[in-house]
Amino acid sequence: MTTTATSPAELSNEEIFRYSRHLILPEVGLEGQKKLKRARVLLVGVGGLGSPAALYLAAAGVGTLGLVDFDVVDATNLQRQIIHGTRTIGKRKLDSARDRIEDLNPNVKVEAHETPLTSRNALEIIRTYDIVVDGTDNFQTRYLVNDACVILGKPNVYGSIYRFEGQASVFATADAPCYRCLFREPPPPGLVPSCAEGGVLGVLPGIVGTIQTTEALKLILGIGESLAGRLLLIDALRMRFRTLNLRKDPTCPACGTHEIKELIDYEEFCGVRQAAADDAAAQSAVPEISPVQLAARIARGDDFDLIDVREPHEWDIARIPGARLIPLATLVNELPTLDSARDIVVHCKMGGRSAKAVQQLQASGFRKVWNLAGGITRWSDDVDPSTPKY
Amino acid sequence: MAVTLFLPTVLARLADSGTLRSEGDTVGEVVANISGRFPELAPRLRDEKGDPYAFVTFYLNDEDIRFTGSFQSPVKDGDELTIVPAIAGG
Repeated sequence: MTTTATSPAELSNEEIFRYSRHLILPEVGLEGQKKLKRARVLLVGVGGLGSPAALYLAAAGVGTLGLVDFDVVDATNLQRQIIHGTRTIGKRKLDSARDRIEDLNPNVKVEAHETPLTSRNALEIIRTYDIVVDGTDNFQTRYLVNDACVILGKPNVYGSIYRFEGQASVFATADAPCYRCLFREPPPPGLVPSCAEGGVLGVLPGIVGTIQTTEALKLILGIGESLAGRLLLIDALRMRFRTLNLRKDPTCPACGTHEIKELIDYEEFCGVRQAAADDAAAQSAVPEISPVQLAARIARGDDFDLIDVREPHEWDIARIPGARLIPLATLVNELPTLDSARDIVVHCKMGGRSAKAVQQLQASGFRKVWNLAGGITRWSDDVDPSTPKY
Repeated sequence: MAVTLFLPTVLARLADSGTLRSEGDTVGEVVANISGRFPELAPRLRDEKGDPYAFVTFYLNDEDIRFTGSFQSPVKDGDELTIVPAIAGG
């Protein structure tokens, strides 16, 4: 048997057969498919948005896919991150994604970047790609990706999700606005909950990630009308799609005045470091009790009140026996029902909200109050593994 | 002027629903009207001085109000005001 060597710009017979449904589209054709094969696309994040994007870009025959991620696959990812599977729980997401891509289309070259994208490495990594697909899950990386793409002149295919809603656009193409033209500054930390805190419908990143992929493919092929200059809003609950006009802001420090000439400290810009320090200080400033100590108090039959400050839908998932549910927002109204003479232990999911509750109780004159360190999650780890974690 | 406001779910829980009717001659008046009716929503729409935030974009029909006079942008009967906050999930 002989094999015919193909240059990177040519398609093998196997590829011609594989991509036949593309090749018979006049808008793609042989030339378009060769463009896809020559293309280098960087996916920042192989999570909810990056999973469908990587799968469809690979299936479409994009020649080189760069993947940036440093996370490992967790069971809670699988509700939406469809490139990973039960078999790859605990593995590096890059390895999990590479295995799946190689199975889907062995013609695709995967370049794995196992690192967080930072101000130090972003320009170097992004420079060698044609297009960036932003599938990150935090503001600091979104501003970093935006500024790096503007500086390098690389299109930034943007998608973002929360609960049932998504946003998509294409930033930083020639004359098009950038992310900073839409949102000049990030919200203060804690104002906008993450998907881990607020939840997300699993299929939503599928919708938004495939829209990003569609835009990336159109850019490579040079066909259709790009989302550049428009913002697509997706409301899955009402199933409404709406496009709004995005204008290039002449005062934008990234793409307007170009005063951002190099990458900055994005954690500082987004206030993340200060917020983390404040949270740590708040948690360490309140008296704590460990789950093991709490279990011992319960076993001894100690007389104390256990208050759960989570939300009712979290209470339905898991609870510690003997606890009373008082969601944090309603604590102030329930103060008259609490006895400051008794010992009170407060818990939530991880210990953050309950630390705030302890401070609130202390400010109201309660002196014998403890925060359950690590919340019900650590209770499940250290005391009662039958308590579901979420 | 009667204007319809569209709130994303992240903000709709602070009001009666995701679609609200409001009155005013400018975007700022419409926002002030809504802020008075829903005190918990108010600090998510505008800062303490009553100015828009850099991370919440207002669209009057299809246009970003920052290019049409910000909160001073005039509104007319039947206009739609869409509120687009920054979200970062992925």
